[in-house]
Amino acid sequence: MRLEPKPAPSLALTLLFPIAAIVATLLITSLLVLAAGASPLSVFYLVAKGAAGSQFALLETLTRATPLIFTGLAVAVAFRAKLWNIGAEAQLYVGGIVTVVLGTGALPLPSVILIPVIMLAAMLAGGLLLLGPAVLKTRFGVDEVVTTLLLNFIVLLFVSMLLEGVLKDPMGLGWPQSQKVIAEAQLPRIIQGKRLHYGFVIAIVSAIVVWVIMKKTVLGYEMRAVGHNPEGARFVGIPVNRVLMKTALLSGGLAALAGFSEVSGLKGNLTLDLSPGYGYSGIVVAMLAMLNPLGVIASAIFVAGIFVGADAMSRTAKVPSYIADVMVATSLLTMVVAILLTRFKVRWR
Amino acid sequence: MAASTVLRLSGITKRFGPLVANDAISFELERGEVIALLGENGAGKTTLMNILFGHYVADEGTVEAFGKPLPPGDPRAALDAGIGMVHQHFTLADNMTVLENIALGTQSLWRARLDRSAARQRIAQLSTDFGLAVDPAATVSTLSVGERQRVEILKALYRDARVLILDEPTAVLTPAETDALFRTLKLLVAKGLSIIFISHKLNEVMAVSDRVLVLRSGRLAGERETKSTDRKQLAALMVGQEVKPAEVSQVQVGAPLLMLDRVSTARHNGAGLDEVSLTLSAGEITGLAGVSGNGQAALAALIAGTRRPTGGRISVAGHAVGDWSPRAALGHGIARIPEDRHAVATIGDMSVTENVIAERYGSTRFSRMGFLDWKAARAFAEEIIADYDVKCPSPEARIRLLSGGNMQKLILGRALDPEPAVILASQPTRGLDVGAVAYVHRMLLAARERGAAVLLISEDLEEILALSDRIVVMSKGRLSPPSARGERTIRELGELMAGHGGEGQAA
Repeated sequence: MRLEPKPAPSLALTLLFPIAAIVATLLITSLLVLAAGASPLSVFYLVAKGAAGSQFALLETLTRATPLIFTGLAVAVAFRAKLWNIGAEAQLYVGGIVTVVLGTGALPLPSVILIPVIMLAAMLAGGLLLLGPAVLKTRFGVDEVVTTLLLNFIVLLFVSMLLEGVLKDPMGLGWPQSQKVIAEAQLPRIIQGKRLHYGFVIAIVSAIVVWVIMKKTVLGYEMRAVGHNPEGARFVGIPVNRVLMKTALLSGGLAALAGFSEVSGLKGNLTLDLSPGYGYSGIVVAMLAMLNPLGVIASAIFVAGIFVGADAMSRTAKVPSYIADVMVATSLLTMVVAILLTRFKVRWR
Repeated sequence: MAASTVLRLSGITKRFGPLVANDAISFELERGEVIALLGENGAGKTTLMNILFGHYVADEGTVEAFGKPLPPGDPRAALDAGIGMVHQHFTLADNMTVLENIALGTQSLWRARLDRSAARQRIAQLSTDFGLAVDPAATVSTLSVGERQRVEILKALYRDARVLILDEPTAVLTPAETDALFRTLKLLVAKGLSIIFISHKLNEVMAVSDRVLVLRSGRLAGERETKSTDRKQLAALMVGQEVKPAEVSQVQVGAPLLMLDRVSTARHNGAGLDEVSLTLSAGEITGLAGVSGNGQAALAALIAGTRRPTGGRISVAGHAVGDWSPRAALGHGIARIPEDRHAVATIGDMSVTENVIAERYGSTRFSRMGFLDWKAARAFAEEIIADYDVKCPSPEARIRLLSGGNMQKLILGRALDPEPAVILASQPTRGLDVGAVAYVHRMLLAARERGAAVLLISEDLEEILALSDRIVVMSKGRLSPPSARGERTIRELGELMAGHGGEGQAA
């Protein structure tokens, strides 16, 4: 078997392959469902129903999609410039830390000022966290996959330390959790009494802003050029290292917004289980969207839907909700294969 | 004649999407014959040889070697059938010895160690038989380019190749080394080997071949006995029209525009610069000749701004430059046409528009407040496409899809549109067809007439001689004193290129 580059993938193929990838994912996971002794069709039906079958289900999916949009955008931005940011999880938690530090009464400001201040501070902190690996990469050639990945564990342990120490809620009955943020620092709910909050709106706006940056601005142009061909970019006079720094700030900032939005919009406080791996799922989200910022919205909702739907399904059918992890992981693999197939022709012999 | 036919290609067709790279090509190779495969880049020479050697699978057609059909897509089978290929870019393991490189893959993996003495004997025999002098114990990384090529040929002969394919073998050689190669080829043919010689250099084709096959846009445009044809006829077959050589007019030499004063650099793709002084003046083309890897890449990178000097001074129009970078070079009015169109000059996966604005996207013409003006960019791309006669489907097409010649025209347009004072043209015609070469030459001459200072770095001596007002030769990071047009002969230049005790001595 060998791969030959295709001259130009057609638009139809580019659109068809993600769909083919999803179909392949369903086929592969149905084997596991069969192994669990259930009917794949009914399981998939229950997942779909659990994800979008009612107003409650739909709102829950959108709520779950919110942090995934942020981390998906963070990864899409970084990967576009070939800055392999695997550390969105850490940047998310840093965003959470900043939200709690500034939002629990330290800044007595009205909502309209306090929330933007917290957002900016969170973005800055998340961006700075990614700036370190970016500098190490450009200065010393240290692989950012390793540094960003390992920072995830360091930051999580740091959060654990904070929650056992300075940020520990004295009224928390000994649980490792922070105080709740004050009312002024909370993002309001979109519909009274439901969990969906304005973080979702901020996420959508962020996606549009990132899309505009990538498509219309000098920075987006530079980022794409650096990602496609760093040597060529350097030759034509694009300041490659500076572009990577800006990319790091933007990407880390977007991931930190996920942490802000979860604390300020949903949970109210910082705990060690603020994120069930949103940073890592962001990679899947970005890849499914083929790094397109607007596509991230759709793929984040898709991935969130699988998680929410699988939870609902496992309550009815006797298939563990871990099937969601398998589905998401499989969809990443099939998507990578699909992207490969849009670019290369496979020859069997 | 069928008994002496060693290779028969019948109706080979290969398509890449809408592009037909090879269109029903058939030919036969006789025992003891040298066929030259002549054609512009993109004519399908390399594709055809890759099919023959099993790297690609033809859509239609068959290959027969020594009367037996060759299974498609199987390089191993081609090797076993006695077909050897010497690629343009060598495929040697630098950290191993000549002997190890040659014997690599010829002995069973199950044997604990190499049978060195037998291998050494065999190599020595082949070396003396065919005039391929090389030390079997030398590490490949210490060898000159000419010696490496000999190792590649020995490698093929060691595997009992009866048919040798040479892909642009002279591109990296000095004139003396080229002569030595041609002598070797004569010896090989005398022993009954057959050779396919791929080239776009007409004089070499005339010198070495018995028969010439001319490929033009994937088709066999003509087949001639070398004896009964001439360069003009072959050139016409190659491009489908007569080509006129560029006319060089008298131009008054003006003020010095770029001066290098004892500039040194770190090593870069070969040698670095060693206290190089060079002045480029208005209205003058300075030709830089030299064997690849002697510091030309370092000089090109230095002038382009991608490399900083470690010593010495650069001055533009009489003023010493400060911090040196690609942007600084561009800012000082230096236009750059780099050697590598694909990896350096363009960003393949971006569009024609995005590539033509790449050196100037920050100017007020193309951006405002951090936002790009795509309308202006597209208009500029259309302007370049029209002015420089670029054939491309649209400004939105990915530049990767353009042919080498059209890509180079775009790069020329991007570089020359702002009417630069200094032009650095590094191998500007490498791999281009005759028509595109003539076009590039015309553009460089036009810039000279306008009063630009041009540095032409080329491994093609004929190109240097045809265009340059002054010629300097680079060897081991140092420059020879300049000579005026017609002052030195090809042979004298060749000796300078070989340097003292350099590569020429090994031949």
